[in-house]
Amino acid sequence: MTKILKRSNAPIFWGLFGAGGMLSALFVPMMVFITGIAIPLGFLLPAGTMSYPKMLAFAQNFIGKGFIFAIISLSLWFAAHRVYHSLHEFGIHAGTGAKLLCYGIALAGTVVSASVLLRIGF
Amino acid sequence: MSEQKIIEIEVLRYNPETDQEPHLELFKVPFTDDMSVLQGAQYIKDNFDGSLTFRWSCRMAICGSCGMMINGIPKLSCETFLRDYYPNRIRIEAMSNFPIEKDLVVDLSGFIEKLESIKPYIIPREPRTLEQGEYIQSPEEFNKYIQFTSCINCTLCYAACPQVGLNPDFIGPGAMALLHRYNMDSRDGGAAQRMELVASEEGVYNCSAVAYCSEVCPKHVDPASAVNINKANAAKDYFLRFLSPKGGSK
Repeated sequence: MTKILKRSNAPIFWGLFGAGGMLSALFVPMMVFITGIAIPLGFLLPAGTMSYPKMLAFAQNFIGKGFIFAIISLSLWFAAHRVYHSLHEFGIHAGTGAKLLCYGIALAGTVVSASVLLRIGF
Repeated sequence: MSEQKIIEIEVLRYNPETDQEPHLELFKVPFTDDMSVLQGAQYIKDNFDGSLTFRWSCRMAICGSCGMMINGIPKLSCETFLRDYYPNRIRIEAMSNFPIEKDLVVDLSGFIEKLESIKPYIIPREPRTLEQGEYIQSPEEFNKYIQFTSCINCTLCYAACPQVGLNPDFIGPGAMALLHRYNMDSRDGGAAQRMELVASEEGVYNCSAVAYCSEVCPKHVDPASAVNINKANAAKDYFLRFLSPKGGSK
C-alpha cells in the first residue's frame, strides 16, 4: 500500500478526554453527592461547609483554584469528545460542524472558568 | 440413535451475476448433536443447492476461514453447534463490514492490504550474521508478545467492530494486534516505522473502545488492548516527537 498517511491530531483531544474521564470517574460522583445532595439536604456535612466565605477562600487558594479549573474544564473536554464520538456511532456524521460545536463548548467552558477563577483573585 | 431432528437454517444468498441485493433462503436440515453450523452448510450444499458458496478448510478452529454471522454474532461456524440453537431457527450470513463476493464469501482484499501495511515481520533491531548465532530471547520477553501471535486472521473482529463498519479505512483490530505483536518482540526494531500508520488518520484513534473485537475473538488475542495500548504510544509520539533527536515519525 503506497497510500500517503496523514498524522491524526486526535492525541490532543484524546489526551484531554482521557484526563477528563479519569477525573470524572474519581471526583464527579463525589462532587454530585456533596454539592447536589449532602449540602442542600443538610446531612453528613456540618452546616456552612460550603458557605460563601469558605468557598471564596477555597477558590482563592492556588490548589483550590486548580482543582475547580481542572474539574470543570477537563470534564467538559471529556463530555465533548464522548458526545462527538457517540454522534458518529449513531450514524450521525455531522462532520466539522459537530466537531466545532462539541469541542467549542468545551473550549468556551475552559476559557470562562479560567477567567472567572482568575478574576476572583488570589 | 435418537430420532432425526430437523433445524431450520436461514442462509444469506447473493449471486452477483443475477441478484440485485442479498436475500435470505430457508433450508430444513436434518442434524445430529455433533454437527457444527459449518456441517449444516455443507449438508445444504451437498443435498439441496450445490451453488451455496462458503469458505472452510480445517474444521477445527485453526485455519480461520469459516467465519460468518450466526444469528447476528460473528463466529467460526466450525466450532458453533447446531444443537445449541435447536429448536429455534438459525440465521447464517456473510461477515458484516465486508463486501460480499457470493453468498457467505466476503472480499478480504482490503484486510490483506491492511495486513501488509503493518509490516508483519521482524525488522531486526540489530542485524546478525549466521556466525553470530541465534537471537536470544528470555521467557519474560517472549511472554510480552506471545498472546498476540495467536491471531488466525479470521477477521471476526472486523465483522464485530462498529468503527470498521463506519470507516472501512480504519486499520482495524486484527492488523493492529499483529502490529503490536511485532512491536513487542525483543528482536524487532520496527516500532518507529510502524508508528506512522498507528498515528495516522487510519490508525488507532478510530477506535472508540467498544472492545467487541476481543469478545468475539476465537483465539483470545484481545485486539482491543493492543489498539488501546497503541493509542497511548501514539499520543506519546505525538507530544514527544519534538524532543526526539530524529523527530519521531512523519
